Amino acid sequence: MPAAYKFFAEFAQTWGLVYFVAVFLTVLIYALAPSRKDRFDAASRMPLQED
Amino acid sequence: MAQAAAPSKGMTFGEMGSALAFAGLALLSIIIAAKAYTPEYAFHAYLFAAASVAAVFAIVNRFYERPAERPPLTFGGKPNYNMGPVKFATIASVFWGIAGFTIGLLIALQLAFPALNFDTAWLSFGRMRPLHTSAVIFAFGGNVLIASSFYVVQRTCRARMVGDIAPWFVVLGYNFFIVIAGTGYLLGITQGKEYAEPEWYADLFLTVVWVTYFLVFLGTVMRRKEPHIYVANWFYLAFILTIAVLHLGNNAAIPVSLFSPKSYIVWSGVQDALVQWWYGHNAVGFFLTAGFLAIMYYFIPKRAERPVYSYRLSIIHFWSLIFMYIWAGPHHLHYTALPDWAQTLGMVFSVMLWMPSWGGMINGLMTLSGAWDKLRTDPVLRLMVVSVAFYGMATFEGPLMSVKAVNSLSHYTDWTIGHVHAGALGWVAYISFGAIYCLVPWLWNKKALYSMKAVSWHFWISTLGIVLYISSMWVAGILQGLMWRAYTSLGFLEYSFIETVEAMNPFYVIRALGGAFFVAGSLIMAWNVWKTISVGEAVEEAPRAMQPALIAAE
Repeated sequence: MPAAYKFFAEFAQTWGLVYFVAVFLTVLIYALAPSRKDRFDAASRMPLQED
Repeated sequence: MAQAAAPSKGMTFGEMGSALAFAGLALLSIIIAAKAYTPEYAFHAYLFAAASVAAVFAIVNRFYERPAERPPLTFGGKPNYNMGPVKFATIASVFWGIAGFTIGLLIALQLAFPALNFDTAWLSFGRMRPLHTSAVIFAFGGNVLIASSFYVVQRTCRARMVGDIAPWFVVLGYNFFIVIAGTGYLLGITQGKEYAEPEWYADLFLTVVWVTYFLVFLGTVMRRKEPHIYVANWFYLAFILTIAVLHLGNNAAIPVSLFSPKSYIVWSGVQDALVQWWYGHNAVGFFLTAGFLAIMYYFIPKRAERPVYSYRLSIIHFWSLIFMYIWAGPHHLHYTALPDWAQTLGMVFSVMLWMPSWGGMINGLMTLSGAWDKLRTDPVLRLMVVSVAFYGMATFEGPLMSVKAVNSLSHYTDWTIGHVHAGALGWVAYISFGAIYCLVPWLWNKKALYSMKAVSWHFWISTLGIVLYISSMWVAGILQGLMWRAYTSLGFLEYSFIETVEAMNPFYVIRALGGAFFVAGSLIMAWNVWKTISVGEAVEEAPRAMQPALIAAE
């Protein structure tokens, strides 16, 4: 049990951190990439369009 | 209508299947009722039996009444939206709101004037308090979320909701669960987990309802005509999915018997406490936050007639919020048997949550940039903007209170109650009122609400109520915390516990007054909603209503 605890704690404290930073960076790149500007502008107007 | 039935008319798989399932449930319920260990459980089993029989009757009756062909997905190039279940949930939310606020007022008065429990077990604080929390969070808030999510997902996907019986099962089944839960508390049936009080059989039923909800929502998203999934739908999806996971994890209980309402949870000791607050805090994070943020992202832009301030920020807001919230639960267990590192983890994630929360708040508020004048003229928009301001306030206060040093003063005091109500009354209820005021004219094809003046009155009366509530609870909570930790020069506690209770009395009276104002505001809303539906001026040109097949479909 202590060995398993040590393993999981170390995994969470190292690779867990790397994983979260990587996910956050991916989100930032996806959200802020200039190439998606038009798509997001169109998406933001979706509630305002009447069908 | 019999002559309208074509010879080829047959029951769909959904109609046949659900009618058979309900018939089976009715039979099972009657057997359980006959063999139940307690009369309270038998009563619930009879309720299940009656509701199942009613469901079979309704499904079969609906089959005979409806035309042979199914309602079309589109009508004259426009989506043929299914708004019946949305209407039901909207009305239900107004009803449960008043019920939940009134019970809250009663228990607030009980704390100030204990004689008001009338010496009956039924009205004791211990039973009425979960009745209040469940009624406001799950009955009022839940119906607002179901109504608004079914509305928003159809409108932003430009597609008719998936399913025929399923959306009705979600709405009616959810409200039946509320009745089971609420009557259970009054009868003394509880598993004693905060915000998860209903026993195993109610939990099991809710699981079926919730999975159906998820499938209807997801199916509608997949049927969308738009290439992009609007951000509000992301928040709704996160809310539905996470609540399902939380519900299953926190209610992993084994019943004593099929014929007993009692069950035992599989977790034990501090693990149970952690699972409970992983659930409890994420009920706040995903039910009371993510779900209502979805409302913010649709209804504020719609009402202000401006797109959301930054769509990019909304994406970052979404992913950072859902990734962080899930870790914040341990801050409910500071200075307990929970390992120290877990407490610190909960604290750190709670403090970090401040950033996505305020990102969302800024996004909501700045949507009004260039349209701030609408706040003066439109009390509905004012309700929603003030709700976002309260969201900002509550999500600043929350991280502050999660810091261990602050928590050592604030925990177990009325400061927590004040904080919760800043979020619940200021944020959740206000954004819900805003959504209800928007939805009612849209759903019932009315030009506008019956009375804008009444909305203004609702706004000011309940704002006064909230201010009285949270300021009295701040003072009460800090006073209480300081009295609990006051020592004499000899190292004895300066105050006995009852002295701290006595000191709370004036603040409890002020709080009850604030609650009374809030109830009064909700009654004004109910009157306004009723008047709008019954005598509100209809939109002149209603092309949808003139389509005969649509009327038949409904």
